[in-house]
Amino acid sequence: MTQRMTAARPPGEPRRVAYLYLLPAFAVYAAFLLYPIGRAVQISLYDWDGLSLGRWVGLDNYAAIVADEGLRAAFGHALVLIVFFAVGPLVIGLGLAAILNHAKVRGLGFFRTVVFLPQVVAMVVVAVAWRRVYAPDGTLNTLLGALGLDSLTRGWLGDYTFALPAVGVVGTWFETGLVTVLLLAGMSRIPGELYEAARLDGAGAVREFFAVTLPSVRGEIAVALTLTVIAALRTFDLVYITTRGGPGDSTSVPSYEVYHRAFGLGQVGSAAAIGVTLTVVIFVISFGINRFADRRIA
Amino acid sequence: MISRGERVANYVILSVFAAFALFPIVTILSAALGPADSGGTAGLGNFAAAWEVGRFGTYLRTSLLVSAFVVVVSVLLSIMSGYAFGTMRFRGQSVLFYLFMLGIMMPSEAVAVPLYFDLRTLGLIDTFWSVALPQVALSVAFGTFWMRAYFRASNRAIVEAARIDGASTWRILWQVLVPPARPAVVTLTVLVFMWTWNEFLIPLIMVTSESLRTAPLGLAFFQGQYTSGFTLLAAGSVIVATPVVVFYLFLQRHFVRGLLQGAVRE
Repeated sequence: MTQRMTAARPPGEPRRVAYLYLLPAFAVYAAFLLYPIGRAVQISLYDWDGLSLGRWVGLDNYAAIVADEGLRAAFGHALVLIVFFAVGPLVIGLGLAAILNHAKVRGLGFFRTVVFLPQVVAMVVVAVAWRRVYAPDGTLNTLLGALGLDSLTRGWLGDYTFALPAVGVVGTWFETGLVTVLLLAGMSRIPGELYEAARLDGAGAVREFFAVTLPSVRGEIAVALTLTVIAALRTFDLVYITTRGGPGDSTSVPSYEVYHRAFGLGQVGSAAAIGVTLTVVIFVISFGINRFADRRIA
Repeated sequence: MISRGERVANYVILSVFAAFALFPIVTILSAALGPADSGGTAGLGNFAAAWEVGRFGTYLRTSLLVSAFVVVVSVLLSIMSGYAFGTMRFRGQSVLFYLFMLGIMMPSEAVAVPLYFDLRTLGLIDTFWSVALPQVALSVAFGTFWMRAYFRASNRAIVEAARIDGASTWRILWQVLVPPARPAVVTLTVLVFMWTWNEFLIPLIMVTSESLRTAPLGLAFFQGQYTSGFTLLAAGSVIVATPVVVFYLFLQRHFVRGLLQGAVRE
């Protein structure tokens, strides 16, 4: 196709008019993203309550992210959420996609529509729904009661031990469909001869999965991890609606701390430092994962 | 090749998972259609009640206005910038492009705080613009990336032919390149619509007056204030989620394609 031919050299002839076409998009982008992120870096170097004059503190706000126990906990919680948002969906998604790709199941289209549906529902609605599920008189406890497991029932989101995993499960629920559909698209592109060759070599279903399927979808796994890890790190709406970081600060996460410190505690400098750190972490992770995955994604 | 037992097991696994995916959605739908919080009649009347009591009519109107503005402006700007990046060569091209790429990954949490204080200084806080323009900026980063990829792959021979015929770059864009780009533009449109409609943090920070609350923000406030039951809250949730879900059911292909091809923004 023409795509191949043009991709090799930079497209088009030199044109000054290009700047005119870029200008409107760039102006909005620069004013509402680039400039604010620069300002965030600047603000992060001050101790500022948002009203009075700020006091220069250098890198103290960044040092606090390492030193302050509450902030360390927030980043730790984000790591736990990565397990629920990224690792869980990847494992489940690999299983589901392998089944869907292998067995010619009926109703594949319906299944895909259903598992992908969470992606398009507003996170606020998702959070309201799950609050209901987790409520002391909610659906989950009703279900447990019906199964005779009354001893397990509790107010899930008010429980110091279970609140964070409960929020995490919402992430697993939210991301698994995306990951499954993504992996399925990758698996359907694996040529059948590879499987035949593996079978001739006497590989069973499990070895076939690890020798043929898994290496072939490396690119898709990288994309899936990038999307889900970033989603985990950016969790805000969900925590804001379900727990507000509580009970105690057992579900506080960096994004929520940014909001809470800037608009609740009047620690704008600290909030900006957390935001900048989060941005850097997200950049590093996406570049890292994509380097690892080589060029197969494009 | 596949044994009967394996086939049954597969269907069981898939059914269990489909049930898990639908579980919260069914929870909220059944609550929305259940008995009213006051103990009155069940059913569709709950939606009318939520529309009135929860003021979801107003919130939906704001969401519609914000989404329409953000979609139209960011798609237009993205087509133009994607055209420049995809078909022209100019100084600083790659630097500028990487600058746009940063925006795809930039978390809105990091920029929302300084934006709030700067817009407050300018007296722009709690206006339509403070909600809409930051979202245009976020969408334009992805849109530029998306349209550039499309224009790079488009047929250059037709463009050359149009140029030899003396067509201006403006006419080439809108009369030669954009008409066949409709699928790419539709995908971009539905994604930006979904992001804008579902966005929570930016309206939460920028808006104080009730008339400017978007649908998700209105729902969050309603959830905090309304304590006499779950039915109206559930009905409100359904109202908030429905527009995007309906689009999804009709344009599923576009949603899936867009979200899978590296759309890092949420």
